[in-house]
Amino acid sequence: MQNFSAFALLQRAFGGHASWQPQWRTPEPKPAYDAIIVGAGGHGLGTAYYLAREHGLRNIAVIERGWLGGGNTGRNTTIIRSNYLFDESAALYDHAVKMWETLSQELNYNVMYSPRGVMMLAHTIHDIQVFKRHVHANRANGVDNEWLTAEQAKEFCPPLNISPKLRYPVLGAALQRRGGTARHDAVAWGYARGADAMGVDIIQNCEVTGIRRGPDGAVTGVETAKGFIASKKVGVVAAGHTGVVMAMAGLRMPLESFPLQALVSEPVKPVFPCVVMSNTVHAYISQSDKGELVIGAGTDAFVSYSQRGGLHIPSHTLDAICELFPMFRRMRMLRNWGGIVDTTPDRSPIIAKTPVPGLYVNCGWGTGGFKATPGSAHVFAHTIARDEPHPINAPFTMERFRDGVMIDEAAAAAVAH
Amino acid sequence: MLLIDCPYCGKRPEIEFAYGGEAHIARPLDPSALSDEEWAEFLYLRTNPKGLHAERWRHRAGCGRFFNAVRDTVSDFFVTTYKSGEPRPDAARKASA
Repeated sequence: MQNFSAFALLQRAFGGHASWQPQWRTPEPKPAYDAIIVGAGGHGLGTAYYLAREHGLRNIAVIERGWLGGGNTGRNTTIIRSNYLFDESAALYDHAVKMWETLSQELNYNVMYSPRGVMMLAHTIHDIQVFKRHVHANRANGVDNEWLTAEQAKEFCPPLNISPKLRYPVLGAALQRRGGTARHDAVAWGYARGADAMGVDIIQNCEVTGIRRGPDGAVTGVETAKGFIASKKVGVVAAGHTGVVMAMAGLRMPLESFPLQALVSEPVKPVFPCVVMSNTVHAYISQSDKGELVIGAGTDAFVSYSQRGGLHIPSHTLDAICELFPMFRRMRMLRNWGGIVDTTPDRSPIIAKTPVPGLYVNCGWGTGGFKATPGSAHVFAHTIARDEPHPINAPFTMERFRDGVMIDEAAAAAVAH
Repeated sequence: MLLIDCPYCGKRPEIEFAYGGEAHIARPLDPSALSDEEWAEFLYLRTNPKGLHAERWRHRAGCGRFFNAVRDTVSDFFVTTYKSGEPRPDAARKASA
């Protein structure tokens, strides 16, 4: 693997940049692996990376239906935060935020993590009460979060309209300063490059079509477009298609898949210093380093794999954006798209073993999986390697729905839905 | 925006409707007789198919009535709609017709 540094850049500049190598190989699958990861998004590639780096497994394949990072990793709005209400969630997401802080150095790949602050707006008395409760719960868990008045919110984010004449005036905000954004593609590419350098085979354009099980019920391998590949450990990290893949092993999942939409504006000079979310009026906005405003819209109400969604969903979000940030009223939107997100009944993920021996699943991230990428991959690799969960992901089982031990962030409203 | 064919009112735009989840899931007559697995299955496990999906809709801004539909979740094409209480039609045949 070629090391990236200012010196390497300078050195190759004199050679016309002709000596850069591809960042990962394009291998054909081997007949058997020690572990197979289904899905080469950020979570899947990260899982392979940590399996190789921390657990000594080197004979690993990541199998991807399309191209790596082409699913929700390349489609999300790149927000990072950990201000979740419950202890279990705070531990999981803050584990990820701590890893984001050093990820670029760890991977020798600039993931452009930018802790510019995530501000969640309160518009009603109920919002104020809920957010203050979040602030206190977060601080008790060692997660930074602070309460701002409307004036302080305006100071932190000058484009914000705090006029009391708004239909839903801004009454205050909760601010997590360590929250921010990162470059989504770079996360997938950085993990792919790091994993590949340790011998992980990343097999793209190869759809998994079946999961083969032995007479004892345990996993023996996967059927793919390039033939059967044997492995006693299979980790499924297939986001919106998790239900489809798990059905191949005969499992029904507590998941439903919905299109979640996002859109970007024409690029402009730096105008927006942070991330602003409003769950009440559904605004979700930041500015990328390219200059585009990155806007997160909602999910369509119905199960779909269409990667599109209805136009009234982003239109509703733009109404809120124009009200909160009047300076954007004449901006043009450049592109919109959808990604298929798999949601659980309690809106918390599942990172766990399954009833099928040798089959592991990391799914259910719903509308907010990007922020957790390093932490999720790290604890999932632990779960696969040791055949038991890491203490952080131990509560995130499939069985919690049977046992009634929900991690009910859906009702806690820390999550934009 | 999708056009949805309400069995009572005819074709109307999607925003007049509310989605009601997977259809043909009957509430167990005696919930306390179920095991934890069976109760979780009723509450939380869904088919979530990539393909034809039977689902409930309510014409919220119209007649207000519930009905069922079969829709292809890949294309979002509505194959058919039918009244609640009617059996699920042979949707695969209709889709190819």
